Amino acid sequence: MAHASPPPAFKNPMVRWIDSRLPVFTLMQKEYGVFPMPRNANYFWNFGAIAMVMLMVMIVTGIFLSMHYTPHVDHAFNSVERIMRDVNYGWLMRYVHMNGASFFFIAVYIHIFRGLYYGSYKAPRELLWMLGVVILLLMMATAFMGYVLPWGQMSFWGVTVITNLFSAIPMVGDSVVTWLWGGFAVENATLNRFFSLHYLLPFVIVGVVFLHVAALHVTGSNNPTGIDPKGPQDTLPFHPYFTIKDTFGLVVFLLIYCGFVFFAPNFMGHPDNYIPAQPLVTPAHIVPEWYFLPFYAMLRAITFDFLFIEAKLGGVIVMFASVFILFLLPWLDTSRVRSARFRPIYKWFFWVLFVNVLILGQVGALAADDPFEMFGISFGFISATTVGQICTFYYFFHFLVLLPLLGKFETPLPLPRSIHESVLPKGARGGGPLPAGAAAKPMGKA
Amino acid sequence: MPMTTAVLRTLALVGAVAGVLGLATTAHAAGETVTPPNQNWSWEGPFGTYDRAAAQRGFLVYKQVCSSCHSMEQLDYRHLTGIGFSEAEVSALAAGFLVVDGPDENGDMFRRPALPSDGFTNPYENEQMARLANNGSLPPDLSVIAKAREYGADYLYALLIGYEDPPEGVELRAGMHYNRYFSGGQIAMPSMIVDGGVEYIDGTEPFVNQQAWDVTTFMMWAAEPHMDRRKEMGVMVIGFLAVFAVLMWLVKRRVWSDTH
Repeated sequence: MAHASPPPAFKNPMVRWIDSRLPVFTLMQKEYGVFPMPRNANYFWNFGAIAMVMLMVMIVTGIFLSMHYTPHVDHAFNSVERIMRDVNYGWLMRYVHMNGASFFFIAVYIHIFRGLYYGSYKAPRELLWMLGVVILLLMMATAFMGYVLPWGQMSFWGVTVITNLFSAIPMVGDSVVTWLWGGFAVENATLNRFFSLHYLLPFVIVGVVFLHVAALHVTGSNNPTGIDPKGPQDTLPFHPYFTIKDTFGLVVFLLIYCGFVFFAPNFMGHPDNYIPAQPLVTPAHIVPEWYFLPFYAMLRAITFDFLFIEAKLGGVIVMFASVFILFLLPWLDTSRVRSARFRPIYKWFFWVLFVNVLILGQVGALAADDPFEMFGISFGFISATTVGQICTFYYFFHFLVLLPLLGKFETPLPLPRSIHESVLPKGARGGGPLPAGAAAKPMGKA
Repeated sequence: MPMTTAVLRTLALVGAVAGVLGLATTAHAAGETVTPPNQNWSWEGPFGTYDRAAAQRGFLVYKQVCSSCHSMEQLDYRHLTGIGFSEAEVSALAAGFLVVDGPDENGDMFRRPALPSDGFTNPYENEQMARLANNGSLPPDLSVIAKAREYGADYLYALLIGYEDPPEGVELRAGMHYNRYFSGGQIAMPSMIVDGGVEYIDGTEPFVNQQAWDVTTFMMWAAEPHMDRRKEMGVMVIGFLAVFAVLMWLVKRRVWSDTH
């Protein structure tokens, strides 16, 4: 492969003409052609590109759906059913969109946990990470408002419960809720504005994604060793090495996604959302979509007043704090070693946090008074709420106490001298003996 | 009326918020609900399709039994070609129903036989009339009922044949019937399906279980009319992606072969 160093000489005169006036081809060549990627980036590095593709899928299907959807309390549910029954391939658009939300979150959550494991949030990538958290928040807002649009029972009661949380704000709470609703109840005005914002926010996400990618292309990608590339021997050009690797990963991801779209499209939904919204009938058990469950569990964990903070307000604060704390992560983690691969203690706490979040998700799905159960095993001696409180405490303990202390007390393993030394088999490039830990095979090559 | 609505809504809302926050128990009936047994439906699995003969018989059951109380607002008669009725059959079926149309040139509404393009007729003119006729309960619309209940078709089938005498100690409320598959155990709908209650033209014996099976099949089709097409397309999509994935894997190995 000839990796021409810039400036690229384009053969096509048309391309040359355009490029000398608006250097888009030079830009693409620089950022996606010869852009140096650490050669050891494993398959977990696919999920940024996968998330980008999911964003596009959501926007395209969403635009088609909006052509047939009616944002009115009397027509919303029926218009979705029209899409499912009478619009040509409307069922396909809707199921792709509906499951697309779930798979967008799956991709993004894997992307985030990848960042947590390999320390991708550390200097100099703090802003890159923070922009990612902004994207997560925007995605949550967008997904929440999108779930309201079919105007089923869960749509209605979900929005009722969540918007009501804002009434916990001292002094102005009730006014804020009225302002959010555009009236004195969740009604047509609410549905209308949610539709409007649901259409707007994805384009805001596109904008922030652009900044996220721009910031990435300044610092370059992190890698499983967490050490910086020291020269061309540590990197490979983005094209063709990572374009093909991303494509392969994407196709595997799409396989699973399409499995759900075509064979279990309602698996991740709730049956109650096929009941038209009934403002006078409360469902026995209001649950959000699965991707909100851990946050929902933290919201419900605060069942007690804390000093002058009422339980309801406390829950709201904790829920928002659980995401906002990620903004501080680059400074909460005091360890100078990025990758968990060389942090023998952090590595374990990472998995504890991961399991903790899974348990929180399970707690979010249970009714507050239920005994805790997971994987079909019932733990009758402890209530879901108690488990939720323990896990919520641990979630914050991880970020606020463990991470700052670990950096001080943990002795990291010796780092490899360079990426290519850690990747290539012993003896392939001569060189001295490898430091401990460096010989580990990158996960993606397994 | 608006006042009562506002009060009820506020109460429902307070209940919901409190329940969600775990501050109070949401009011819901405390009966143990039984998990319906798993059935072998024709549409299960990646290659399963609807049993159209059963769905057609199920439509007959709906028409002769269910439709006296339950609407199916999302369905038009023309949709019935989806379970194998010919267009002529659908026209004839539709013509058996009267719908309100108009206004005509004199400004009057009038009744005419339904066309295939008309929606299924509604047994009641409004919710109030439906409740009045049903002891205060509202028979739910059945268009997507098979997707709107946990366990879907299994639940509907179990419910339809699940009527029993109440066990000792269960006090039925006025006008209620005992059915252990229904949340709380007490359901306003009486057992409507009886042996020989409908006459099948294809010679199938109209036992209770058969009718319940058929009408459940019809309900599932009504809730998800494009399922057969969806799975057909899904098999092609998955097949394509699987081959494509293998190709991409090979290309990836080839491209990366000079890096080791």
